[in-house]
Amino acid sequence: MGTIVNNLLSKREKFLMTIVDFLAAEHRRCDEIFTIAEEAAHTGDLAGCRSRFQQFQTAMEQHFQKEEQVLFPAFEQATGNAMGPTRVMRLEHQQIRETFAVMSTALANGDLEDYLGEAETLLILMQQHNIKEEQMLYPMSDRFLGSVADGVIQALREFPAEPRQ
Amino acid sequence: MNTAGLSLEQAPPFSVPLRFFLTAPWFLVLAAALILWEGPGIFASRWLPATLALTHLLVLGFMAQVMLGALLQILPVAVGVTVPGPRLTAALIHLPLTLGTLTLAGAFLFGLPVGFIYAAGLLGLGLGSALIAFHIALWRAPVASSTVIALRCALGALLVTVILGLLLAGSLSRGWRFPIVALTDLHAIWGLAGWTALLLAGVAYQVVPMFHITPPYPRWLSRGFAPLLAGLLVGWSIFILTDWTLVARIAGMALTAGLMMFAAGTLYLFTQRRRKISDPTLGYWRISMVSLLAGAALWLLTRWIPAPAIAPQVELLLGVLLIFGFAVAVMNGMLYKIVPFLAWFHLQAQLLGRAKVPNIKRLLADAPVRRQQWAYLTTLLLLLAAPIHPAVFTTPAALALGVTGAWLGINLFGVWWIYHRVLDDSTNTAIETAQ
Repeated sequence: MGTIVNNLLSKREKFLMTIVDFLAAEHRRCDEIFTIAEEAAHTGDLAGCRSRFQQFQTAMEQHFQKEEQVLFPAFEQATGNAMGPTRVMRLEHQQIRETFAVMSTALANGDLEDYLGEAETLLILMQQHNIKEEQMLYPMSDRFLGSVADGVIQALREFPAEPRQ
Repeated sequence: MNTAGLSLEQAPPFSVPLRFFLTAPWFLVLAAALILWEGPGIFASRWLPATLALTHLLVLGFMAQVMLGALLQILPVAVGVTVPGPRLTAALIHLPLTLGTLTLAGAFLFGLPVGFIYAAGLLGLGLGSALIAFHIALWRAPVASSTVIALRCALGALLVTVILGLLLAGSLSRGWRFPIVALTDLHAIWGLAGWTALLLAGVAYQVVPMFHITPPYPRWLSRGFAPLLAGLLVGWSIFILTDWTLVARIAGMALTAGLMMFAAGTLYLFTQRRRKISDPTLGYWRISMVSLLAGAALWLLTRWIPAPAIAPQVELLLGVLLIFGFAVAVMNGMLYKIVPFLAWFHLQAQLLGRAKVPNIKRLLADAPVRRQQWAYLTTLLLLLAAPIHPAVFTTPAALALGVTGAWLGINLFGVWWIYHRVLDDSTNTAIETAQ
């Protein structure tokens, strides 16, 4: 499943230069899959919703792991601060993962109504998290990482497609 | 490297923003009661004491409550800074603002000079506390994003609005000599086109693309709009006060064109929405942006008509479109996103997996939201008809406004009620388990 995300990387995006551009583009791709899954739930297509949600969750998990294993450690090293913004971002990832679990349960029960309610909740939770990253953490990473930023983008690009369990 | 300025911890205590959100709708009800009490005469001119009282119940009682409460909540998310001492700050803003609004409305209604002094003191304290707290926070913003730029301009405009308001209160209570008509116009323009429109723009840059999944605002618009508008406001004000009529007119038209561009741009983004399922908040956004377009167009039209020919009705229509149509609509809509989400968020933080947290649709279902939206739209149309045919439409408009405000208040109160019930249930369960 994770390979889908990498296949979605267009040629243009391979030339993007900043952390903001690279990781915000991943947010947009995840948003896209989210809306497709939500649309399926709305039309009562349980099977379609299950497969799209699975795809969405995999894409998000991979994105989280890239941040937690590549970007955040680099940011913490550059700023000497492991208890600041990155700690909050990790906590919010956990919160989002917990909401995924509730959404999975709703789908396992075949309860699309419940899924849609949880999806609405997730959308706000996820987007306020994304706003913090795109407005602050990523631009600050670009600024603080300086010459290391290119290496970080390279590492994000080469991150294994299958999420580590 | 210094990252100390960056605080991504969100969420002041729930009570901090909630007090503003639960208070605001009841000022709509109070405004409705005032219209009923005054009768059709209230729509004769915008300069009547009762009309001025009505205006301030809406702009201070509803709009300022919602905007200041929301700022306390969103600064950590959108800007990365927290407001120091959130509980104390919230109390220092909320209580004086609420009492000051009531006092000001009373002072207008009963023509009490001393009332304006008390109102100026209370509102000066409440809005002054807000200005100081938010200015300190925004200065420390680690990244000057387009939202930070717009919020800084909006707060600057609030400062000008408050100073002009205090000067006007001085002239009504102490007989200070000012060009009172020009100052009143500037006070209204800075409050609506400055503080309100720029704050909403700053919030829209993030809320529209992220929560409705649309393309982003073009960068030139999101970065340039607020500074350009603020500059035009400054220029316009100077030209008005120095009687440089022609240049003032041009600056005013440029400002209006800017607002129309923002409204049209936002409406266009909604047509590019990727999220296909319907969202009740979207209706409020569309009503708001259409009202802004209509209000701006109407204002432009009045510039081509000689001043004496402008009927007082046109000014009242402008007020209805810009205050109730543009500002109240979008705030009403956003409250339906903010309050249930905050309730969910704080429940999740407090229950820590001990009980299932109801999702936001269970905290507030779509059906009552949609019904209240119909009430809102009916009210807007009736309020637009009232200045034209006061004898027929005043009472229906007032009743509709009362229903709309009370319905919003009840819907939001319902979220708070479920929040407490869930917390109580989980505490009881925990006690039973322990026994």
